[in-house]
Amino acid sequence: MGYDLHFNVIWRNWDKLWGGLLLSLELAVLSIGIGIVIGLTLAVAHVSGNRWVRGAIATYVEAIRNVPLILLVYLVFYGLPQAVDIRYGATTSFVATLSIYAGAYLVEVFRSGLEAIPQGQLDAGRAIGLTPWQRFAHVRLPAMTRITLPALSNTFISLFKDTSVASVIAVPELTWGAQWINLNTFRIVEAYLIATAMYLVTGYVLLFLLRRLERRFRIARHA
Amino acid sequence: MTEPLLAIRDLSKSFGTVQVLKSIDLSVNRGEVVSVIGPSGSGKTTLLRCVNFLESYDGGSITIDGVEVGYDEGRKPRGERALARMRAETGMVFQSFNLFPHLTAAGNVMLGLIKVRGKSKAEAHEIALHWLDRVGLSHRADALPAELSGGQQQRVGIARAVAMEPKILLLDEITSALDPELVGEVLEVVRGLAAEGMTMLMVTHEIAFARDASSRIVFMDAGTVAAEGPPAEFLATADDHPRLSAFLARFRASHF
Repeated sequence: MGYDLHFNVIWRNWDKLWGGLLLSLELAVLSIGIGIVIGLTLAVAHVSGNRWVRGAIATYVEAIRNVPLILLVYLVFYGLPQAVDIRYGATTSFVATLSIYAGAYLVEVFRSGLEAIPQGQLDAGRAIGLTPWQRFAHVRLPAMTRITLPALSNTFISLFKDTSVASVIAVPELTWGAQWINLNTFRIVEAYLIATAMYLVTGYVLLFLLRRLERRFRIARHA
Repeated sequence: MTEPLLAIRDLSKSFGTVQVLKSIDLSVNRGEVVSVIGPSGSGKTTLLRCVNFLESYDGGSITIDGVEVGYDEGRKPRGERALARMRAETGMVFQSFNLFPHLTAAGNVMLGLIKVRGKSKAEAHEIALHWLDRVGLSHRADALPAELSGGQQQRVGIARAVAMEPKILLLDEITSALDPELVGEVLEVVRGLAAEGMTMLMVTHEIAFARDASSRIVFMDAGTVAAEGPPAEFLATADDHPRLSAFLARFRASHF
């Protein structure tokens, strides 16, 4: 085996990786943000809607969850502009796709969170004279947030890793940066090794921060 | 004769094909404490939950201060906002406490004061501390429900209900979920409220407490009011009611 590691080329092209990492994080944050809006809206619609609404939501969830993300990315970026008169860049296209993808997973997370709230707490909200909206905002939502926070953290970490799929439509995120270095310098092992390490370290840091957040919000402070 | 504060007339309610309340008549005057006892499944809790329309009712009427609870003048069910306003006039304490787990003891008491009564945060906090002090928990105002014992949680539940200054307080088996040694502290609070003239309708299994603290006891059986009267009279004539004396005998057998 005669492969010598030369990391110099990596440091010379560091901006491709560092810039890529920041873009990956940005994509993940945007997508979970939009995904939360989609997921929460549909979860509330599911819990309070009739069976047609529930059927439509279930179809969306199942359709998205059973199609590989990379195909959704291709369909939205290459397919959709062919079918309808619409123009968007690769990054916008990817954020839209990942948000829809995240939304499908988060509907289920939020729905089970909403359903896990004991009826008695809602009764208590009714008994003191809260209106339906006040019960949602001050009883259901806070209780649900605490129940769903761990699942939300896991979804965010998954989405952060899924941003690497954006490289297939040339969004200059971290994996694309590693590919670029590989294609231009042929230092394949170094490029992917460093990119892997960067995903790993970032993932750990995110997990650490999110677990701290969960502890802060836990219902029993010292249980 | 003045009109009773709470008047239940010919009330009926079914769950599917099962009729759980059959033509109930019951009134509670201002300042009265009325205890409802009876075997499980007799409709006690359902009756209580109809009074603040946590359960709807099919026939008859429930009025508080002359105003029908669940329906407007045209017998149309009230909208959620109108119901919310009606419910703010009654306080309820639950068997399983049902505190909001994300709010502190004070926060639980404050929520309704701020959102329903429109009090400022500072004002609500002051009222909350006053009531927590009344139930002996001012030193636990900043504790979350999970950090409190069952008896303490239930006392917060009582403070949350009475802080809203309801016209009537509904107590639904409030000591049933408590360890025996914690029952006393909760009943002590209720006794204090009764002494101050708070109107109360309570479902209870504490026969001795019902005897000592109530103006009247009501015995429910199979969805009807089978017997009622002032405690001394009520218990003295229990032998005339076979179902009531059987219930009391079972109760004595299991508690003494």
